[in-house]
Amino acid sequence: MQITIASGKGGTGKTTVAVNLALSLFEQEPGQFLDCDVEEPNAHIFLKPRIERVRSVEIMHPEVDEALCDQCGVCAEACEFNAIAAIGNKVLVFKELCHGCGLCHMVCPTGAIREVPHELGVVESGTARQFPFYHGLLNIGEAVAPPLIHELKKEMDAERLTIVDAPPGTCCPTIAALHGADLALLVTEPTPFGLHDLKAAVGVARTLQIPIAVVINRSGIGDDRVECYCDEEGLPIPLKIPFDREIASLYAEGIPLVDAVPSWKDRFLALYERITPVASGPVPDVSKLRSQAATLQEGSEGRDQ
Amino acid sequence: MKSVLFLSGKGGTGKTSLAGAFAFLAKEKVLVDCDVDAANLHLLLDPQVVSEDTFVGSKEAIKDPDRCTSCGECRKVCRFYAIDETFQIDPYLCEGCGACAYVCPVDAITLSPKESGHWFTATTRLGPLASAELLPGEESSGKLVTLVKQKADELGKQEKAERLVIDGAPGIGCPVIASVSGVNAVILVTEPSLSGLHDLERILGVVKHFRIPAWLVINKADLSEEVSRKIEAFAASHELPLLGRIPYDRKVTEQMVEGKSAVEDTESPAGAAMRQIFALFTEALRDRR
Repeated sequence: MQITIASGKGGTGKTTVAVNLALSLFEQEPGQFLDCDVEEPNAHIFLKPRIERVRSVEIMHPEVDEALCDQCGVCAEACEFNAIAAIGNKVLVFKELCHGCGLCHMVCPTGAIREVPHELGVVESGTARQFPFYHGLLNIGEAVAPPLIHELKKEMDAERLTIVDAPPGTCCPTIAALHGADLALLVTEPTPFGLHDLKAAVGVARTLQIPIAVVINRSGIGDDRVECYCDEEGLPIPLKIPFDREIASLYAEGIPLVDAVPSWKDRFLALYERITPVASGPVPDVSKLRSQAATLQEGSEGRDQ
Repeated sequence: MKSVLFLSGKGGTGKTSLAGAFAFLAKEKVLVDCDVDAANLHLLLDPQVVSEDTFVGSKEAIKDPDRCTSCGECRKVCRFYAIDETFQIDPYLCEGCGACAYVCPVDAITLSPKESGHWFTATTRLGPLASAELLPGEESSGKLVTLVKQKADELGKQEKAERLVIDGAPGIGCPVIASVSGVNAVILVTEPSLSGLHDLERILGVVKHFRIPAWLVINKADLSEEVSRKIEAFAASHELPLLGRIPYDRKVTEQMVEGKSAVEDTESPAGAAMRQIFALFTEALRDRR
């Protein structure tokens, strides 16, 4: 079972929820942790993993042999990402736009384009407390995060209970992190920005047909429109975390909430119980969870019309 | 026309709150939202849309099942795991590169343009705005950012604006890199947490990589004096000038609920800090000339 913690808006508390849920849960259910925010990973700050392996992740970039190139421009015409251009008597490659699909290499009629590996970043694997921990680091200046996220997800054991910390947003890196999830736990804050971006995140999870539950962080600030929205849409809110200077200062210093205030463990365990169906064994029955949440969603869609 | 872009690396540090303050304080400006994944700036502006259109940014591979002979050539060349064992194409993994269509021996696959979002320009209570929204789950955020910036440039020329105030996206990837190119200044907004500091280091790396002058603002600075000092020390050792510290202030959220910026509440301590930051930044830009 894969629970992915996501949000449209950044800084709503994804890492707080992911880290504390893992620390509470993995004492009882063996699991693994994946930080899929490869642009700005933060979970390691709280979990302090011992990194045991580092693997470089590369995509293939074109390299043009000027001796063979006759500047016909077929490569530039074929590239959907504007990553290669024939300008004057030169062919230029724009590395930050290249997705590494290999099409330019395939279409070149003179065989002037060969492919060379280009490092996007690294995947690091290790152990945090007693559980496997994985995260990725996109190299500075690189634009294309999804291949790194896919490589990161290859590290995980699909049979294990998995907590995935996703990047903020609604586009390709978020999709890569959400892909295959059995539940999207969307973290938001009760403000107009939080609500606006929650709606976008709900749109993504629904598009991918992933059941949704919502955590409201910094509860008490702002207004009640997030709750009204969840109510209208039939989205369960299994946990609210109040705004509290003590919680903020623990976060600031990289100390997990459940370590400093152990009573929070029960609240995160309760969160887990609320987002899974009545557990039938050590590995929860995902199909039940899916159908339950799907029913909720269908119900709400009915009301939309 | 000088442009200033707000970035942070980490999300939720207050980019949009500060961009909203600049929108209120700056004269002769055009406002731009380059956070096309989660555009929020308009929520402070009460926009009236002037022009809008759909954005067709990428393509997707569509298979004609009647033609497909299940030869598997497409799956061999797809590098995005978008084609499964039964040769179905997953639209959310497909990046629309066209390699599968190129190799298909029976022309069963075509690349079809798809709508991936929309952009709009608007008049607002604080000035003209260019903004956009990506559809859930779409690709091409970088292309959409570039388009929004083009629209903003056109607006700026039309309005003879002196300044572009640009709200950016979190992270360091595609939309951020598209937004950074060609701007005159970046203001990095961070918060006093070890996560904020970690992410600041990485976004500063990106900004330096593109050789854009940058300034720093520490938001909610009093939530951790200790980490705020660490961030100040980091900034000092990386030649990143500090424009100011904004105290944690509930009025920022209260104003947001009203659709306003904190600087519009004269009682707000955060608003006062934002005014000072705006004045210092304006001065710093003048000195650079």
